[in-house]
Amino acid sequence: MSIRHALLALLSEGPKYGLQLRQEFEARTGEVWPLNVGQVYTTLQRLERDGLVESDDSADEGPQKGFHITEEGATELDEWLRTPPDFSSPPRDELVIKVLVALELPGVDVHELVQVHRRYLVELMQQWTRLKEDESRLDLNFALVVDAELFRLDSLIRWLDTVDGRLKRAAASVDAPAPQSFPLPKARRKVGNPQ
Amino acid sequence: MSYLELRGITKIYGDGPTEVHALSNVDLSVEAGSLVAVMGASGSGKSTLLTIAGSLEDPTSGEVYVGGRPLSSMSRNGKAQLRRQSIGYVFQDYNLLAGLSAVENVSLPLELDGVSARKAQKSALEALEDFGLDERATHYPDQLSGGERQRVAIARAVVGGRQLLLADEPSGALDSTNAESVMRLILAACHRGLAAVVVTHDAQLASWADRVIFLRDGRIVDQTLPTESPEKFLAELPKS
Repeated sequence: MSIRHALLALLSEGPKYGLQLRQEFEARTGEVWPLNVGQVYTTLQRLERDGLVESDDSADEGPQKGFHITEEGATELDEWLRTPPDFSSPPRDELVIKVLVALELPGVDVHELVQVHRRYLVELMQQWTRLKEDESRLDLNFALVVDAELFRLDSLIRWLDTVDGRLKRAAASVDAPAPQSFPLPKARRKVGNPQ
Repeated sequence: MSYLELRGITKIYGDGPTEVHALSNVDLSVEAGSLVAVMGASGSGKSTLLTIAGSLEDPTSGEVYVGGRPLSSMSRNGKAQLRRQSIGYVFQDYNLLAGLSAVENVSLPLELDGVSARKAQKSALEALEDFGLDERATHYPDQLSGGERQRVAIARAVVGGRQLLLADEPSGALDSTNAESVMRLILAACHRGLAAVVVTHDAQLASWADRVIFLRDGRIVDQTLPTESPEKFLAELPKS
């Protein structure tokens, strides 16, 4: 996640000081991604060095020092928003690797292993769903963050379900032809911002 | 106390070489006020479990207790009465009667159970109002959206103080926002004391439940542990 651009976005609404930026960032992400204040100041210093924000010279260093976004900062923010994150090459997903390794190991019940991971993921989803139960605390930003996490975990569970299904089918087809292996696509041109 | 209890339920279809074990020695307890989800792939026995729990089908062996009463000791009429008075069903395809309006669909089970038409309609209207559908009461199913139809179906399932709700993929045909509304209604009914079982292959749906049971090839293979409080969960999230 780009804290740098999240801070630029908050400053695009008007000048703010460091502590305020931290509080607003946390409030708008439903306190799901807490920030430490040191991280906020380090990022602000870098943004200032790069000419994307300017500080209020009259104030002392510290929590009351104000910052505002520059024209370059606004352009940078706009470009970042419109640049798709890099989804072009498959990530080295640890869950996928564990299942692939288990398939090669003798004596491992892959269905049982898949269930261990499925249960853990469903338990995590239950926790995230609990956060949605109380609609009085469910503002739009928080709901979107929780939904994103639920869809991410759900996609992993669907993949585990598919693993189960494919293994079952493979075991059932006695005369199955030898599997053909396809090379994974090479990483394509990066479209994402390398932040 | 468990409102629904399944003890050692086995269901076998066919015999000899065509014998299929749909359920094998399944134990399940559902407390009043709690929502249990049963997850499993197609053919894992989810729907069979639900029809047996709802007395729509008899197990080959084992016993089902509803409200503490064993179903095997009930006559056919006794089971029909139990289904009318205590059990509500929700299906993926809503199963509303096309020729009846929303309020008529909801009041029908009460009228079938001998409640006067006037009283049944009053209860049905109240149930629809609880679900935010009072303005749609006189609409027919084909005049309602998918989400509204399923809300009417849930109103029909809980009207008249039923104590057990059995739902088979209740949001399978709905988009995720409507699916969430359906689960919120089922959860709200549980908070009022209903026991509910939802069978689904959808983890997003199952995650609304207090407990998730995993079914594979007719056997319960696993279940989730109780969740932590939302506050504790949020506080323990790793800091970035």
